[in-house]
Amino acid sequence: MTGPAVQMRDLVKTFGGGRGLFGREASTVQAVRGISLDLKRGETLGVVGESGSGKSTLARMLVGLEKPSSGTMLIDGRPWEDLARSGTRAFGRTIQYVFQDPVASLNPRKTIGEILDVPLKLLCGYENTKRRARKRELVDAVQMPLDTLERYPHEFSGGQAQRIAIARALAAEASILVLDEPVSALDVSVQAQVLLLLQDLRNSLGLSYLFISHDLAVVESISDRVAVMYLGEVVEVAPAAQLFAAPQHEYTRTLIASAPRLETAESPA
Amino acid sequence: MTGLTVSPSVPRKRRSNWQLLMANRLAAAGLFLFGFIALLAILAPVLPLPNPDITDQPNRLLPPLSDGHLLGTDHLGRDILARLIWGTQISLIVGISATALAAIFGSLIGLVAGYMRGATDTVLMRFVDMLMAFPYILLAIAIVAALGPGLLNALYAIAIVNIPFFARNIRGVTVSVRNREFVEAARLSGKSHPAILFTEVLPNVLPVIVITMSTTVGWMILETAGLSFLGLGAQPPTADLGSMLGQARAQLFTAPHASIIPGVMIFALVMSINLLGDGVRDVLDPRLRSGALDRPMAVTKIRRKAKPAPTIENAPSLVVEHLTTGFDDGGHLTPAVKGISFRLDKGECLGLIGESGSGKSVTALSLMGLVASPPGLITDGAVYIDGRDVLGLREQELIALRGARVSYVFQDPLTTLHPLYRVGEQVAEAILAHQAVGKSAAKTRAIALMETVGIRDAAERSRAYPHELSGGQRQRIGIAMALANDPDIIIADEPTTALDVTVQARILDLLQNLRRERGLALLLITHDFGVVAQVCDRVAVMKNGEIVEQGVTDTILRDPQHDYTKRLIACVPELGEGQRFLARVRPLFEEAGA
Repeated sequence: MTGPAVQMRDLVKTFGGGRGLFGREASTVQAVRGISLDLKRGETLGVVGESGSGKSTLARMLVGLEKPSSGTMLIDGRPWEDLARSGTRAFGRTIQYVFQDPVASLNPRKTIGEILDVPLKLLCGYENTKRRARKRELVDAVQMPLDTLERYPHEFSGGQAQRIAIARALAAEASILVLDEPVSALDVSVQAQVLLLLQDLRNSLGLSYLFISHDLAVVESISDRVAVMYLGEVVEVAPAAQLFAAPQHEYTRTLIASAPRLETAESPA
Repeated sequence: MTGLTVSPSVPRKRRSNWQLLMANRLAAAGLFLFGFIALLAILAPVLPLPNPDITDQPNRLLPPLSDGHLLGTDHLGRDILARLIWGTQISLIVGISATALAAIFGSLIGLVAGYMRGATDTVLMRFVDMLMAFPYILLAIAIVAALGPGLLNALYAIAIVNIPFFARNIRGVTVSVRNREFVEAARLSGKSHPAILFTEVLPNVLPVIVITMSTTVGWMILETAGLSFLGLGAQPPTADLGSMLGQARAQLFTAPHASIIPGVMIFALVMSINLLGDGVRDVLDPRLRSGALDRPMAVTKIRRKAKPAPTIENAPSLVVEHLTTGFDDGGHLTPAVKGISFRLDKGECLGLIGESGSGKSVTALSLMGLVASPPGLITDGAVYIDGRDVLGLREQELIALRGARVSYVFQDPLTTLHPLYRVGEQVAEAILAHQAVGKSAAKTRAIALMETVGIRDAAERSRAYPHELSGGQRQRIGIAMALANDPDIIIADEPTTALDVTVQARILDLLQNLRRERGLALLLITHDFGVVAQVCDRVAVMKNGEIVEQGVTDTILRDPQHDYTKRLIACVPELGEGQRFLARVRPLFEEAGA
């Protein structure tokens, strides 16, 4: 297939505004205000922004958890409305989502094997034996030991749980992954490991990533291009190196200046 | 996995549910009493009992311990012991079936309403509200009146009037479970709504259903007895505890035993089930099990092996020596901080850096005895503030130091500020806790403090509630409260972790300026080397409850000695480094065999 993995045009999402029981109109919030972005195949597009910039809303619309108020989206060449009409399974097969808090995204009362089983059965429609083989491959792909499958989510640390959540996203065999702050809840050393894993998986499986984070340095380390979001709009898109070397937009400059650095620039008096 | 990965927590020695239940003496007594009664009821057909329905007029109203009638006879000469045991069986069957019915339908309504929300929720819950609007027993009587008296109809009536209780409880839990991320994750894995409701949500709600059932069975039995007492439940000649009581009412003065005996049985049954139910709830409720609902003591329990010197000479602001804190987990002590020592000079900023689980927060809380006890326990070491060991002080003296000489700034001010008080009042309260000033004076000072921490229109904003402020402003309020009593030392536990980078930069600037102007000593706890590099004079690196390295920030960042520090620093991506970062850290993990 040709064309970008994801194409967004003039995407708008407004929350609220419905009428209450007595016909009073609720106040509205525009979380996303007219975004147009392309995610190319095999590319990692970083999205940076602070809380309230609308980056999570954007991600949730992409995977079908929210409905856009207006605008169009093509996901893997198919219109968003088409996918929505064919139900969550159609979305699941095309695009997958990795949550910020890995522990909260795994049901505490199910073993990892049971959790991984669901997408393999419902999205890929594999037989029992095939599923068992796939599960072992997946656990291996995210560099976890085999006995992981029999264990429960609370037995894992944050970094391990995030590997498992990535395995679940991979299970659906979708070629597009939306990663919503996948390393923000992790310690730095674990963060580096998960970033390495994501890079390896992208290279070996030919995935496309939409990588959302508030951490500029993390986004820069894994992205080909970076989009900066501010109050629901994309204020700047540029190749990673160019964006950080020569930011064009005022807000991008503020972001870069605020980021803490390792060099002790000024020694405190 | 590499050495750096936090290993899965060592399986803690948890007491089994059974042991926990047995440790609760009242619950254990309830269990044995209930077990005994249930056993008698189950064995009713095989016990050598006379037929409970055979009347014997000449021998009516025999007292207990009569020949052949251990508990006497009733007004028709029927054997009370036989009727009691058969009656208990019926009461138990009805009570338990009614609970099961109410649980099934109530939980179903609660699950669907809580999961679907919106119009479905409104319609279902208003229906439940309608049921609740009627007086309880009146509704049951009305239902029985409509269906006709009889045991089965009484069972339905009791089940129906108890549905709201289950529906409301279960709906509340379902709403909170439904908003968890794993429910959305299941949707993205292709599960349909009914499948999510019954295979993802239900298992997480089940404990609550069980707890609610265990606490309601007793009530249900009591209500069955009530209806039977009124003649609406079991019909003669069937024996049932309530109808026995009702029929013996007329002879209350001539033959009190005929009503006292079933009354005592109802009492014993309901009491035992309620005690057992409370015990089961305590065991199954994770919040109770973790001790989160226990009232913590005012000061962490201190049980030090050796008494350190009560004072030291020429001490800087803060000296910590060999501080050791652990968590007492039912006789088994899990150490969290293992003999750490550091010092903090006046006007200095020390960064305490470490990954999650390294014990840095427990260290911060131990300094002022703020670790919750139980389970917290300080087993060794000393904390000198101005040369005085505060862990050796009396409880009241230590409490008086908190907020006055040493104050805290926490990570998320939304959880540390009281949501129902205006922020100005909360700052003023911090002043009033330590200073004998008037209310209006405190208010004026509070507004002045808010100006100090850079809140514009402080007089106006002091009337705001915490949720009306942004994260950065809330953290400024948190800092204003910490400054309220001119402390010498501020302990800031991840003060900027919940904030955006632009806001973080401003809050760090503020802390830095305050430190310079007021000569404050700052202990900054963080996981972020960038923050340390920006504000700290010295840094101590913590790992697994120990300080592996400490020294001047510049030196440590440029030339870390310990392997762990080297790795930690290497793993921080630098802005402008781009994809070279991953290439640089890859060997670090490969050599470890990842």
